[in-house]
Amino acid sequence: MSLETIKPSPGFHNYLPKEYQDLIEDGPFHQKRKVSELGSFKEAIEEHPMCAGCAMTLFIRLVYLGLPSLEHSVIVGTAGCGRLAITQGAVPFIYGNYGDTNCVASGLKRGLDIRFKDTPKDVIVMAGDGGLADIGFHAVMHSWFRKEKFTTIMLDNEVYGNTGGQESGMTQKGMVLKMAPNGKKFEKMDMLGLAKTSGVAYTARISPTNPTKVVNTIRKAVLIAREVGPTYIQAYTSCNIEYAIPTPKVMDDAREVEKDRYGYLEYFSDEAKEYWDKSEADRKKARKAQVK
Amino acid sequence: MGNVNATPYRVVPGPEGLLPPAATIMGVPLPEEGEGLVEGRITTEEEALEAAATAMLTRKNPTLFPGPMIIWGWNEHTREKAQPFFEVANEIPGVRIIPMPDYRPIYPKIDPEAVINPCHPNLTIWHNKIEACVLIGVHCHYANITLKMIRAGTNCYTIALCAEAGHEDAMASVPNFDAEKVVRFRDALIKVKKNGIKPLYEGTGIIPSGWAQIAKLKGEIPIKPREASIDGEARGAFSHELVTGLDETAE
Repeated sequence: MSLETIKPSPGFHNYLPKEYQDLIEDGPFHQKRKVSELGSFKEAIEEHPMCAGCAMTLFIRLVYLGLPSLEHSVIVGTAGCGRLAITQGAVPFIYGNYGDTNCVASGLKRGLDIRFKDTPKDVIVMAGDGGLADIGFHAVMHSWFRKEKFTTIMLDNEVYGNTGGQESGMTQKGMVLKMAPNGKKFEKMDMLGLAKTSGVAYTARISPTNPTKVVNTIRKAVLIAREVGPTYIQAYTSCNIEYAIPTPKVMDDAREVEKDRYGYLEYFSDEAKEYWDKSEADRKKARKAQVK
Repeated sequence: MGNVNATPYRVVPGPEGLLPPAATIMGVPLPEEGEGLVEGRITTEEEALEAAATAMLTRKNPTLFPGPMIIWGWNEHTREKAQPFFEVANEIPGVRIIPMPDYRPIYPKIDPEAVINPCHPNLTIWHNKIEACVLIGVHCHYANITLKMIRAGTNCYTIALCAEAGHEDAMASVPNFDAEKVVRFRDALIKVKKNGIKPLYEGTGIIPSGWAQIAKLKGEIPIKPREASIDGEARGAFSHELVTGLDETAE
């Protein structure tokens, strides 16, 4: 977990597959990359086995871009579509059992803080609505109650997409799915409200329609988690298979859903707001000094 | 060494079938410092190194599989093994070096000439028709999986040069394998050749494997070759669904 881990031992560079040579020479590790540079450098994730047109994959790609320091990050995930792509990323990934991602992340974060006192290490839980709101619900809530300092990102596709279309707690009321033929009888869970009540420092709801906004939100959440406390991002990442969205229309759907019900929403606790305003002011000051 | 060789079970090249028994369950012990393991029998370290050297020199398509703990120079221990590793390679005529840079499952498709992956190491062995290989610098839990899968489905003679306790599931293994022992393995290769073992590919150097490695070792810029296109009916077999979405009402 440092930049040293992507420096080959003497003599090995030429024997590495091209993908690894590119990561070393033109990857996201040594310099911060911007959204406008996407496609012009070797990203932390490229090939993956997700369905064609999957919005979740686009979001995951942006998460990697938003992480403040890839070489000091660990991602924890669980069963579900998302991990098919996340395991391909050039960032350490830990597969928590279904339901215990936030327990694994709690232990990991505490351990890393003891082992690396001088270097901040970021732990990010990234899993689906089933893994976090249903089966992993107790672990998520208790990590928030305990004020564990890591970010939880929910890839909210509003269905169990990987197992054939069962309703999840995050499915919209009335939604008819392949494995929920009578329609869902209960409201979509208010995870943002629960996060706020549990004392989460920063929460955001977002769709992958504006890449820069996604990247900035991820960065904000991870930095606040480092210093203040737990953060939570809920991202609409439609399942074009289970919701029968034609591949070319996936982003149209994301824009529509964002407009209708999933608009950008963020909440800071007082402490998080104070920290963020101060760090932004410091960053602006540093940038001005650099220009001069 | 006493009674440690009591089990009649032998860890020999496969294919052993879908689920080969773990050698440890069959009573194969791990070697101590100064010892080695050859086909499930405790031997001296020297005997194990010589058995490994003979296999690498005489079996088809010998290949070195360096793992993350030697490929990436993230500490002194990993960096110091690099030079003797290449000295070993230079003593095995016709050897290939196919790295295992990390343990990510490589989907949708692995390039078996360029990389080996612990999730499906048999693909690399099959594609390159490898009959002797060395795993070095691979974390033990992944080496265990890899060795079992190779023994299950291939006829490859596996050699595990392990920095920790050694591996029962390899045909030959030596524990606590530091830079000094890598040099000893090089010496063992020289010794068995002197003792009359004739290398199968005598006169050949390291054989580059995979398009990027071939280009890089020639000093050229690697350019990915075009893959053969799929034509006929196979092309677009699923394109209709991908373009239009699934029909929810279809029976």
